[in-house]
Amino acid sequence: MNERNASSAIEVTDLTVAYHEKPVLWDVDLDVPPGVLMAVVGPNGAGKTTMIKAILGLMKPAAGQVLIYGKPYQEQRKLVGYVPQRGSVDWDFPTNVLDVVTMGTYGSLGWIRRPGRSEREKALAALDQVGMRPFADRQISQLSGGQQQRVFLARALVQEAQVYFMDEPFQGVDATTERAIVSLLQALRAAGKTVVVVHHDLQTVPEYFDWVTLINVRRIASGPVKEVFTDKNLRLTYGGRVAFLSHNGAGEMAVKQDV
Amino acid sequence: MSTLQIEIQLIAVVVAAACALPGVFLVLRRMALMSDAISHAILLGIVLAFFITEDLSSPLLILGAAAMGVLTVTLVELIVRTRLVKEDAAIGLVFPVLFSIGVILISKFAGNVHLDTDAVLLGELAFAPFDRLVVFGADLGPRALYLMGSILVLNLLFIIIFYKELKLATFDAGLAAALGFVPLVIHYVLMGLVSITAVGAFDVVGSILVVALMIAPPATAYLLTDRLARLIGLSVLFGALSAIGGYWLARGLDASIAGAMATMAGVIFGLVYLLAPDRGLIAIARRRRRQRWEFAQTMLTIHLLNHEGTLEAVRESRVEHLREHMRWDMTFARRVVRYAEQHGLLRDEGGSLILTDEGRSLAQRAVVT
Repeated sequence: MNERNASSAIEVTDLTVAYHEKPVLWDVDLDVPPGVLMAVVGPNGAGKTTMIKAILGLMKPAAGQVLIYGKPYQEQRKLVGYVPQRGSVDWDFPTNVLDVVTMGTYGSLGWIRRPGRSEREKALAALDQVGMRPFADRQISQLSGGQQQRVFLARALVQEAQVYFMDEPFQGVDATTERAIVSLLQALRAAGKTVVVVHHDLQTVPEYFDWVTLINVRRIASGPVKEVFTDKNLRLTYGGRVAFLSHNGAGEMAVKQDV
Repeated sequence: MSTLQIEIQLIAVVVAAACALPGVFLVLRRMALMSDAISHAILLGIVLAFFITEDLSSPLLILGAAAMGVLTVTLVELIVRTRLVKEDAAIGLVFPVLFSIGVILISKFAGNVHLDTDAVLLGELAFAPFDRLVVFGADLGPRALYLMGSILVLNLLFIIIFYKELKLATFDAGLAAALGFVPLVIHYVLMGLVSITAVGAFDVVGSILVVALMIAPPATAYLLTDRLARLIGLSVLFGALSAIGGYWLARGLDASIAGAMATMAGVIFGLVYLLAPDRGLIAIARRRRRQRWEFAQTMLTIHLLNHEGTLEAVRESRVEHLREHMRWDMTFARRVVRYAEQHGLLRDEGGSLILTDEGRSLAQRAVVT
């Protein structure tokens, strides 16, 4: 049951999270190999964000174990990058873009040590990667939603992690930003990183991702998109609220979400 | 100025600065009300510690008060976590209970010591210099100055040493936790410092005015800057200005110094609220006014561009016509035309408005974006 698989990037066993006896995440198992780009999908309240927070130790699970490259998260913090939901912070906070991105280096700095020139350079390089370098000195309250998301991604990039968890990075961004984020995620995968993304748009799952986990309190399915992103699993996940999933041509899928 | 006057002002400035430092983080964490709760609840801590030590100058009083402040925060969070009560209501439930237990204990058992309820609420800065710190017969100055000076240094050191951690935990507690910075501990240490500061300041300015000194200076500074470090510096500056301004106001009115200090903090906030260069009310009103003119002028050029070279151009481009088309009254229409003319966007040729090249390109740009 508890065999350790050091070749997994993320290994979750029996993860259960409850609010006052009511399980929001029930006995979830996950085994994510390194170098995949994985979507986590499921209806509202299915426990997607809860799962990520529980994996990162931001929420106390009622049961379960999380291993990152074979060791508990607490020992592997430096291997993990985290992009919270954009709406989870106060964008009127008195600081600028470069400073927010530099926060990604705080983990490797540890307590008390201040960021210096090399942290600043890393932050600027990450801003370059997301196309936000010209905004380095911009006050964060002046950013659009898409720009805020890019700043958060840059902040995760400077964490120089092996495994990334991103909570709805596509939430409320324009089409240009969405494309930019997708190519960034694919570049991370190409560099051997594992990226887990809470995602809402079922239609783009086969196009953007190679792995997918479907959850609705319980884990419905997890694996390569081609194998588990099926009509049957989607019905199980969304309880018939997804109208249909049709296969057309050479295994290409079209999904229509009817909520 | 007499030594006494200087000492009073010095104490006032040190108290204000010590309060402003943790106040910055209370304001940024949207926890301003918590300072009110803590500054009241610590009374119970002081009273209980006094019953144990029977000495009003014992350092245990500060510890007791700080513990009670942290207990207040804990109780509020426990109640909020039940999800039956919202945070503001939970604060309103917790501190009056603790405070009133303190008041009952004072009135019942401590009637004959200097722990009366008036002093608790308002403090008395004017008397502070009479309580001297005497070591081996040498008078080293007012005790309050040393006490608040130490608290100021403590707050300053905490913010300087843990600046990065405080900033991250305040801006994004989720990431702070994921990176292993235990924002909950930072939170409680900060609340402990708020409590210690409140109890130190309490003797001098009372429990109600502590809140004014913690919240008003950072709220004022927040209107003026976008940088955390500058926000902290400006908060201390505004605190100090309130202290000195309050002292002289109190002298002029022959009134309570603490009351005058809090009043000055409010007056300074009011002035900045009106006059701040970017976020002040006046700046906002002027910006709106300018935008209104610029928008009207752009609308006019677009209107002219639309009808340029068409048959009805002659009719459409007359000032009188703008009244029905744009629903502008004649005075406004004339002013917009004059404004646009001054900016070289159009020419008035015998009552007929002709776009210049500049006006045409403005209209084209406006339509595209």
